[in-house]
Amino acid sequence: MKPTDISAPDYFHKVVDCQWACPAHTPVPEYIRLIAEGRYSDAYMINWKSNVFPGILGRTCDRPCEPACRRGRVEENPVAICRLKRVAADFKDDIKHRLPKPGPKNGKRIALVGGGPASLSVARDLAPLGYHCIVFDGDPKAGGMMRSQIPKFRLPDSVIDEETDYILGLGVEFRGGQRVDSMKALLSDKYDAIFVGSGAPRGRELDIPGRKEAASNIHIGIEWLANVSFGHVSKIGKRVIVLGGGNTAMDCCRTARRLGGESVKVVVRSGFEEMKASPWEKEDAIHEDIPILNYMVPIEFKHVGGKLIGVTFQQVKAEYDAKGRRNLVPSGDPDHTIACDDVLVAVGQENAFPWIEADCGIEFDKWHMPKVDPKTFVSTNPKVFFGGDAAFGPKNIIWAVAHGHDAALSIHRMLSGEDITERPLPEVHVSSQKMGIHEWSYDNDISADQRFKVPHRDKVIALKDIRAEVELGYDVKLALGEAQRCLNCDVQTVFSAPLCIECDACVDICPMDCITFTENGEEDDVRQRLKAPSPHHDQALYVSGDLKTGRVMIKDEDVCLHCGLCAERCPTGAWDMQKYLIDMVHAGSSCQSKARSAA
Amino acid sequence: MTYIAKPKFHHPSLKKNDLGYTHRDYEGKISTLCAGCGHDSITASIIEACYELSIEPHRVAKISGIGCSSKTPDYFLGNSHGFNSVHGRMPSVLTGANLANRDLIYLGVSGDGDSASIGFGQFAHSIRRGVNMTYIVENNGVYGLTKGQFSATADRGSKSKKGVTNTDNAIDLVAIALQLGATFVARSFSGDKTQLVPLIAAAIRHKGASFIDVISPCIAFNNHAGSTKSFDYVREHNDAVNRLDVLVGRDPISVDYAPGTVQVVEQHDGTKLALRKLDADYDPHDRLGAQTFLARHAAKGQIVTGLLYVDPEADDLHTHLDTVETPLNTLEADTLCPGSAVLDKINASLR
Repeated sequence: MKPTDISAPDYFHKVVDCQWACPAHTPVPEYIRLIAEGRYSDAYMINWKSNVFPGILGRTCDRPCEPACRRGRVEENPVAICRLKRVAADFKDDIKHRLPKPGPKNGKRIALVGGGPASLSVARDLAPLGYHCIVFDGDPKAGGMMRSQIPKFRLPDSVIDEETDYILGLGVEFRGGQRVDSMKALLSDKYDAIFVGSGAPRGRELDIPGRKEAASNIHIGIEWLANVSFGHVSKIGKRVIVLGGGNTAMDCCRTARRLGGESVKVVVRSGFEEMKASPWEKEDAIHEDIPILNYMVPIEFKHVGGKLIGVTFQQVKAEYDAKGRRNLVPSGDPDHTIACDDVLVAVGQENAFPWIEADCGIEFDKWHMPKVDPKTFVSTNPKVFFGGDAAFGPKNIIWAVAHGHDAALSIHRMLSGEDITERPLPEVHVSSQKMGIHEWSYDNDISADQRFKVPHRDKVIALKDIRAEVELGYDVKLALGEAQRCLNCDVQTVFSAPLCIECDACVDICPMDCITFTENGEEDDVRQRLKAPSPHHDQALYVSGDLKTGRVMIKDEDVCLHCGLCAERCPTGAWDMQKYLIDMVHAGSSCQSKARSAA
Repeated sequence: MTYIAKPKFHHPSLKKNDLGYTHRDYEGKISTLCAGCGHDSITASIIEACYELSIEPHRVAKISGIGCSSKTPDYFLGNSHGFNSVHGRMPSVLTGANLANRDLIYLGVSGDGDSASIGFGQFAHSIRRGVNMTYIVENNGVYGLTKGQFSATADRGSKSKKGVTNTDNAIDLVAIALQLGATFVARSFSGDKTQLVPLIAAAIRHKGASFIDVISPCIAFNNHAGSTKSFDYVREHNDAVNRLDVLVGRDPISVDYAPGTVQVVEQHDGTKLALRKLDADYDPHDRLGAQTFLARHAAKGQIVTGLLYVDPEADDLHTHLDTVETPLNTLEADTLCPGSAVLDKINASLR
């Protein structure tokens, strides 16, 4: 194997699994350390820069960081990264003075279609640079699906108001209640760039017999949630069936429980394990006495005299073909009818662009999705960009934010006369954390605590008030305990081959058997010869240059605790613990050259 | 030393031995020795050997004297019996313990000061008597705790860290052990665990006096140019006569060796020692030959390592004294002290 090039910005970035997994590459361990220090405002600002909506995401994020968290490979559960983000938002001081100021206008106008997370992220990046950002939304207030589709008992309005106001306060013009219904008209207004962040606003239909006849008691999930959110709907029948297994279905069933639904069931086609909903959202639903029935395919809405009386399901089982693909085939059990008063259909969301005329220069693919470059987010019209769910179909808020950052960078480069396909490298800082022989500027003592549970409001009270937030968030003490579980994966083990005397001290002390001194070879072979063999090719091996004895040092990054004991036991300083920070390039980053400052 | 405790987390794929323990279960407290100390590697090797042999920790007694090396039993086998004795007195404490309870595995851990200076006599007599033990000397050639004076094993002509040349002759503990009749004699290097771990395992399985001299560089005071116990010097002058694989039970020898290069030695308890010869002429059953070989190579400045001598049919002090199989400490008082009638009988037989 070749010696590892640790100066490549991605190498150490990948070691920080959570940050690498986060679409917006939030520097997670850095803000968790600040939380442990009680510096909540600082932690919040780090988040705000990366993911724009810390308070919102701290409650609703799909948390791609947590399955990636190294702690989950060392013990049972990852660090509760998402809920720690909320801690930063909950306990921060007034941070308004720390927000960027609206810059002097540069005379360029950007239209942003939709007032959701994607558009607001673009506006957040561009407004301080002097762009005049105009956000259009059909709803009177900013927030998009965050406001209309996420129930208030998960995400209170006050949090949305606060964080959308931070962005609108940067001199962004918000035109609420003004739905854009013609791209052509928008283009004719001579904006310097247009960003489409209109989401995936259409709930998928379920066209089975009885749908039309029983229509008054069959509701499309996201539309119904929006109606609840805006107060147009305030009750539902006692017996409710929710069809679908995604997070929207979970929001629907829990909302139904609060609007009079006494017997609410979720019914899914697939198996329970394969449901798209996040595990914790399923748990929360089950906790509110909502059973989830699986392997049942709806085939008919039963109705009498125009009134829904139940849903009939075919019972299925999963079969796997030679290629391992799953097929749902009838199990042979008789069809099963469940009586109900109302049905909520949450079987998916679709994009809809009826307002984009065919002759706008924006091409669509065979799935009726706009052709969008996945790096620059430009459409086939060089002035029109897409992001969030509007670009590649339904994903999560954090993806919309990441798209927004990248699209904003493209818009800024385009309007600065630069090539948008050229993406500047991020700036990397690597600095030693050594304070003394056994002292580091981070807390390297590894906490053995199990994941702390977030306190919930009492169920009886929570189910009575649809606006009562269920999760109460960590208090300061729980937050500190949870923060201490973070392994500080951004404090990297950096090895210097010329200093090593091959005394084996690091090998002997390493609690995880990560370090091996051995003859070099091909990767597959080397992985077998490690002190603890590592079949996980997705986790890098850190290979040194040749040592005096002709061997090399190989460190398996997989389960390293970043405890720094290798560096403490090293007599020559060949090992050092160095904090790695990467500044993702956003529009207007101070340094957009290719300079690197890695060790 | 290190301030934080070693985290309890371990690698998720760590293998367990026959007792269900990982090698982490054989650890002790965290080392307080200087960073990089060779002794810590010997500690790790002892842990590895005990893990591989599936030894029950409570069946081991680890006994030491005074010095950096004698601190190390605190760092391995945290669930074993231990006795940190007086300077140089490990051998007599170990001998006494062994006579009282022959059922335990005895690990004597000592250093060059503890065994070649203040405890030289004790060392000699425990070897001479054939006490069933594994006697490990962690040999760094220097008095580390008192900041770097030459010890009795420092080679004549070697230089101290301050640049002073040693004018005294060195004691070669391996040569002495051979001369005094040790039945298992080896030398190794803390920086070569692939050699050291099987040697320790074989010594533990050996019945009789096993002696291992482990050269263990002192990072703080004896790892400079001019030292003959530094990492660089030992690596350059290491002349390994053989490589050892320890085979416990009926494990077949699966390692693929060139024909004629492997010698299998079966010990008392059935343990097979597969010796890969690196020096074709070296015979580990020839005590006299070994002594000559060592002397000749020492004169050339070479450090001979490997299993230097083994007598697979050896016996120990208990055999010599014809003691009962039952450990003396478990015998009841009336058995140990059968009363005046028996004494009278013995006395009468001697008249």
